[in-house]
Amino acid sequence: MDLRYSESDEKFRAELRAWLAQAVPAQGPPPASHDWPARRAYDTRWQRQLFEAGYAGLNWPREYGGRDASPSEQLVYYEETARAGAPYVGVNFVGVLHGGPTLVAEGTPAQKARHLPRILRGEEIWCQGFSETGAGSDLAALKTRAVRDGDDYVVSGHKIWCSFAHVADFGEFLVRTDPDAPKHRGISWLILPMDLAGIEIRPLPTLAGEGEFSEVFLNDVRVPVENRVGEENDGWRITNVTLRFERGTAFASEMVQLQQFLAELARIASRVTRAGARAWDDAGLRREIGHIAAELDALWAMVKLSVSKSTRTGVPGLEGSALKLYYTELYQRIAELGMRLLGRAALSREDVGGLPSRLLLHKALQSLSLTIAAGSSQIQRNIVAERILGLPKER
Amino acid sequence: MDFRVDEDQEALRDGIRSFCEGRFALDQLGTLATQGLDRGAWRELAEMGVFQLRLPEAKGGLALGMAEAVLVFAELGRRLVPGPLAWSQLAAELIPGAASGEVVVGGLDRMLPSSDPVLVESLNDLDALLVLRPDGIQRFDPRALHSVPVATPLDPLTPLHVVSELGEGERIAGPAVAQRWRLEGGALVAAQLFGIAEATQELATAYAKTREQFGRPIGSFQAIKHILADTFVRQELARAAAYAAGATLDHPEVGEPSRAVSSAKVVAGDAALANARACIQVHGGMGYTWEMPCHYYLKRTWVLSGLFGSGEEHSEQLAQHVAAAL
Repeated sequence: MDLRYSESDEKFRAELRAWLAQAVPAQGPPPASHDWPARRAYDTRWQRQLFEAGYAGLNWPREYGGRDASPSEQLVYYEETARAGAPYVGVNFVGVLHGGPTLVAEGTPAQKARHLPRILRGEEIWCQGFSETGAGSDLAALKTRAVRDGDDYVVSGHKIWCSFAHVADFGEFLVRTDPDAPKHRGISWLILPMDLAGIEIRPLPTLAGEGEFSEVFLNDVRVPVENRVGEENDGWRITNVTLRFERGTAFASEMVQLQQFLAELARIASRVTRAGARAWDDAGLRREIGHIAAELDALWAMVKLSVSKSTRTGVPGLEGSALKLYYTELYQRIAELGMRLLGRAALSREDVGGLPSRLLLHKALQSLSLTIAAGSSQIQRNIVAERILGLPKER
Repeated sequence: MDFRVDEDQEALRDGIRSFCEGRFALDQLGTLATQGLDRGAWRELAEMGVFQLRLPEAKGGLALGMAEAVLVFAELGRRLVPGPLAWSQLAAELIPGAASGEVVVGGLDRMLPSSDPVLVESLNDLDALLVLRPDGIQRFDPRALHSVPVATPLDPLTPLHVVSELGEGERIAGPAVAQRWRLEGGALVAAQLFGIAEATQELATAYAKTREQFGRPIGSFQAIKHILADTFVRQELARAAAYAAGATLDHPEVGEPSRAVSSAKVVAGDAALANARACIQVHGGMGYTWEMPCHYYLKRTWVLSGLFGSGEEHSEQLAQHVAAAL
C-alpha cells in the first residue's frame, strides 16, 4: 500500500515534463470543433509527436512501437499530460485506447504488424461500429450480417453512433456470422477498411451540436476473412476485452483533468458575485466544491489501486465498471455546478461577460453522453451486481 | 508505486478479521450492548496489536505505519467492535498501559469551539480521558469528573455520559501533537467507516440472494441490484480513500496528509451512511427490527461520522485546499 513513485518513475516524470513544456505550446490551439479535416490533422500531428518522443502506446509491447511502461509510469503520464494541458487523444481515441489494445490482446501477428505501429504514429484513424438502432444496451442483439463467400465476408447492415467514422481509415465492427446460434455466440469482430465499396457514412449531429457521430450503412461490403480478429463467432468475448479497456483506463487522463476543471470553477467562484457577495463566500458552495474534491481524490486513488492490480499489458479488471459509473456521474455533477456558477452567462454558448461559457457549456452538454456511451450507467450497475456481487440474472 | 495491500499486510488483516469474527459475532451484539466494556476482549485486542501497532519495537510495538493501522481499523469497523479504539491507539505513545490494553483511554475532540453538550463515549470504562484542544492535549481523571449517564444512547454499544463541567486537566502534549492526532484519528475513523460500508454491502447482498418474493430472489430484480451496485461502488471509493489517507500519512512526500484525511473522512462517511441505510432498505421489514444487525451499523456510523471533524468541516477544509492551489 505504497503511493511513493520510484526513482525511475520520477526520472520518467522529469523527462516527460521537460518534453511537454516545449511540445505543448508548439502544438498551438486546437482548431474549431466543426472543422474535421483540421481536427484530424491536429490530433494526428500530436500523436505523431508523442510517438517520436517515445510516449505513444505507453503500455503496448515494444515490438509494436509501444513503450512497455510500468503501471506507475502510465499514472505519471496521465498526471503530467493533464498538468501540462496536453491535447486530448481526440480522433485517435478508438485506435489508441480500444481497437489497438484489443489487437494487442487478440490480434494475429499479421494484424498487429499491419495496424499497431500505424495507430501509434497517428497514420491510421479508427472508428467504432458496435451499436445499431435495435442493439444499444442489448448490444448482442445486433443484426448486421456477414456471410462467408470464399475468402471474404459479405457484410450488410446499419451501424449508429459511430464516433469519428467520417475521418476514420478503419473501424472495429461487430457482425453476425451465425444467425442461428444464441445471440452471444454468433458474433464476430472485424477490422473494416472504411474505403471499401458499399460503405455509406451519414453524419448524425449530437445534442451538443457537434458532428463526431455518424451512421454507417453497409451494403454488400466485401471484407477479407483475414480481417477477422479472433475466431469466427467468438466476437462477444473479444468485445468484452475491448469494452474493459474503454471502461477502465481510457478515462484515467480525463479524471486528472477534472481536478483542474474543479480548480477553474473555484477560480470563477472567487470572481462572480451573487446577492452582493462573491460566490466563493457562500459556505454551501465551498463545501460542494470541497466535497467534489474529496470524491476526485478518492477516484484517483481508486485508479491507482486498479492500475496496481493490473499487470503490464493485462486487461483492466471488472472494477473498471465501478470507476466508469462513478466518474461519469461525478463529471455531470461538476459540469452542472459550472453552469450554476455561470448564472445568466450559462444562457450563451459563446463566452460572455468575461466568463468561459463556451468551455463550460461544452462540458455540460457533452457530459450527457458519458453515462450512456460504453455501456450505460444502468448496464454498469447490472455488471457490478451480477459479475462482481454474484446476484442472479433477471432472465 | 504499488498501492496493493502487500502479503504482510494481508496476513495482518486476515488475522484481525478472523479474531473479530470469533470474538465479536454479529449475533452477540444484543448481549454486548447490555455489558460494559469487556476488559478481557480489550486486552485480547491489545495482544493482536491493535493499540501498539505503530509503537517502535523498543517500546514493545510492531513499528508499523498508518497504512497497517487503517487495515486493522477497517476490520474493527466491519465487526462493530465497541470502545474508544482510535483514542486508545493514539494514546499508546503517551499513556503507559494503553498499548497493552491495561489502561483504557478515551477522548474528546475540542479543537473547534461549539455549543454542543459535552458528551463522552464509554466514560465509565475509561482509566484516562484525553481532550484535544488547539493549545494541546490535556489529561483528565474520568472518575473525578462530574458526569451523568445518558439513559438511552443512540448506539446501544456506545454508552455516553454528559459532563457538566470539564475545567482544566493535566497538560500532556502541545498543539503539534494535538494536530497530528486529529489527522491520525480521522484516518482511523475513516477506516472504521469504510469497514462499515463494506460490511453493510455484504450483508445486504447476501440477504438479497436468499430472500424470495414473487417466487424469486429479490436480488434478481434490477431495482434491488442497482441499489447494491451503488453500495459496492461507494465501498470501493471509500477503500481507496482510506488506504490513501494511511499511505499519505506514512509518506507525506506523496501528497498533503490533511487533504488525504479530509477526503477519506468525507468519502468513507458518505459510504457508510448510504450503505447502512441501503442495508436496512434491502432487508425490508426485517431491517427495521432490533434483532437484525443493520441498525447497529447505521447507529455506529452516526457516532463515528462526527469524530475528528464532521463531513461538513472536512469539505470546508478541502475547499480551502482547492483555493490555496489556485
